[in-house]
Amino acid sequence: MTITRRDVLLGTAAGVAAGAVVPALRGGTPAFAQTKLNYTPEKGAELRVLRWSAFVKGDEDSWIANTEKFTKETGVKVRIDKESWEDIRPKAAVAANVGSGPDIMFVWFDDPHQYPDKLLDVTDLADYLGKKYGGWYEGPASYAKRDGKFIGLPLASIGNAICYRESWMNDAGFKEFPKDTAGFLELCKAMKAKGHPPGFAHGHAVGDGNNFAHWILWSHGGRLVDENNKVVVNSPETIAGLKYARELYQTYIPGTESWLDVNNNRAFLAGEIGLTANGVSLYYAAKNDPKLQDMAKDIRTTPFPVGPTGKAAELYQITSNVIFKHTKFPNAAKAYLQFMFEEAQMQEWIKQSSAYCCQTLKAYANNPIWTSDPNHVAYAKASELLRPNGFAGQLGYASAGVMADYVVVDMVAEAATGQRSPEEAAKRAESRANRYYRV
Amino acid sequence: MAVDADRIPRVAPAPAGLLEKVMSNRHFLGLLFMLPAAALLLLFLTYPLGLGVWLGFTDTRIGRDGVFIGLENFEYLLDDTVFWLSVFNTILYTVVASILKFGLGLWLALLLNQHMPCKAFFRAIVLLPWVVPTVLSAIAFWWIFDAQFSILSWALREMGLIDANINFLGDKWNARWSVIAANVWRGIPFVAISLLAGLQTIPQSLYEAATLDGTTPWQRFRYITLPLLTPIIAVVMTFSVLFTFTDFQLIYVLTRGGPINATHLMATLSFQRAIPGGFLGEGAAIATAMIPFLLSAILFSYFGLQRRRWQHGGQD
Repeated sequence: MTITRRDVLLGTAAGVAAGAVVPALRGGTPAFAQTKLNYTPEKGAELRVLRWSAFVKGDEDSWIANTEKFTKETGVKVRIDKESWEDIRPKAAVAANVGSGPDIMFVWFDDPHQYPDKLLDVTDLADYLGKKYGGWYEGPASYAKRDGKFIGLPLASIGNAICYRESWMNDAGFKEFPKDTAGFLELCKAMKAKGHPPGFAHGHAVGDGNNFAHWILWSHGGRLVDENNKVVVNSPETIAGLKYARELYQTYIPGTESWLDVNNNRAFLAGEIGLTANGVSLYYAAKNDPKLQDMAKDIRTTPFPVGPTGKAAELYQITSNVIFKHTKFPNAAKAYLQFMFEEAQMQEWIKQSSAYCCQTLKAYANNPIWTSDPNHVAYAKASELLRPNGFAGQLGYASAGVMADYVVVDMVAEAATGQRSPEEAAKRAESRANRYYRV
Repeated sequence: MAVDADRIPRVAPAPAGLLEKVMSNRHFLGLLFMLPAAALLLLFLTYPLGLGVWLGFTDTRIGRDGVFIGLENFEYLLDDTVFWLSVFNTILYTVVASILKFGLGLWLALLLNQHMPCKAFFRAIVLLPWVVPTVLSAIAFWWIFDAQFSILSWALREMGLIDANINFLGDKWNARWSVIAANVWRGIPFVAISLLAGLQTIPQSLYEAATLDGTTPWQRFRYITLPLLTPIIAVVMTFSVLFTFTDFQLIYVLTRGGPINATHLMATLSFQRAIPGGFLGEGAAIATAMIPFLLSAILFSYFGLQRRRWQHGGQD
């Protein structure tokens, strides 16, 4: 038997390593492990997928295109339905409760932890993808993992970053964007003095309101609960954060107490505010509008400033794919998700999502979308910085309940607007959170 | 031809079958004919209502069946300040909006009952707010009450009456009055058109006789219109109170219960706790807690406003 150099490369460990390095050098995704996993779809399998309505058109088009590829390769028909993103939670809950409806759903936050028994265990698939693509980011994975098992696949983090007008920042006497909360407060004061105030949502804004409020809490070292799910929100760290929020609020445009998710976009695009926090969609709203080209060129994005803790940690939105146990075609459903998460499909989907959806598998961090526009960079590390809403405790009914009841959002709003002192607001949040954590 | 009656064979009457007996029983037939309606009511009304009430006594969560926990949900709610705030908001919202809807609706009905050109056209126009889907009108109000782009603030600023925009939905009391205003705008047509229908059933001869007796317009309204309209008012206002008390869409679109729960109604809080929050049992308990209020409104209407003596201006 003649052993060629090619055989050696293909057949030995060194060969595997070389195989992993070569695509990386070419700019492709390094293959971390070549484990094989093949699901054979059931005969006559058909799948129904329910997803949230796309925020970025490219995301939906690309997802559909990838799905069509899957149908072509496997013969499994897939029907994709859409719902407004806020309707996903009730729909998923009903599907889980009644045991019928879609086979696969795109869900938000800790939805998988609300009905873990109704979801198919996809640990084999998650482990396979994790090993092959450099591992899952910890934050997103925690939303899809329960008791060591994956009950869903974290699909994407929707990053949130500070969006501001560079020329107005310069007018306010700042050449560079401050990196810490103290400098940030000074910038906000200066921008307000120049007639370009900032504005952050303090109403019941599911996305923007929660992101901002958790940033206030976490950047100052506050936590809602500790590792044992004990409510510890009424702490000196939280109160320091609330005092900071109060100071920051005084630089805002009036009316932010009523702001829902869309208000800051409208105010920013109308030139009423010079600084806010949002997903990349705000930048694209300006970039895609011929009348707002000058504004688009002036928009800059940057991560939230780091607080006294010295460590960045953000809430962000997180979406996962779950397969319901009631599906008649579990293999087809797993095969579908496997196909969609494989490099060819996933990288294209991330790219077409225009920096709105951040990868949950580390190997996809090299997606060219993050370097294609300087304003994308702030969103590139969303999955890395993401911290689950139930931090530092376990995710479950209590964490979901507290967030749905806007406990942290209301606490920050009460203190920021001066309706309660920071101490009172923290105390009230503690008693409200205790109702969920059942003290 | 003579017929011999004796030769005609006598046929003994066949013994009546059980089915025939039953089918000729009026009581049974009554029950039988009511069955479809009863089945519909049981299936689509009693069952969901019963299930909702039952859930309120369980710790059911989304994706997990619950067990009976007695009054525990209600005990939790007793200590919940947000729940009590929502009760206060709901009562304020219902009382103020219903009074305004009644007053303005009656006024509009009296106006529309006058002879005027294009009467049918105006009556049709008045119905528009009622016809427009609530979500659409709520979105319109969302813009009207916007913190930055409110047309009201803009108009007042242009007129030099205010310096800064009105914080319609950001201040807790402003927000309450704003959502009440939106509800009143939407609810007036229902009251007005229903009362207009009632006004048209009052015989004109009564007014003529009263006019001959030298009554003032106020006396005619007080002693003829109002008493004869009371049965309609009772029904219309019962419905109006029920609709207002259970309102959801306006609040959900305008404020989601904010700012800081200042506009949370029991219906919106029930939804928030049950669906996004996942606590179906607690959400159902909040919804169940609405039943006593709703029942009181209905009972007040039936035993109060519909009392004959009241309608005829008498006392108990």
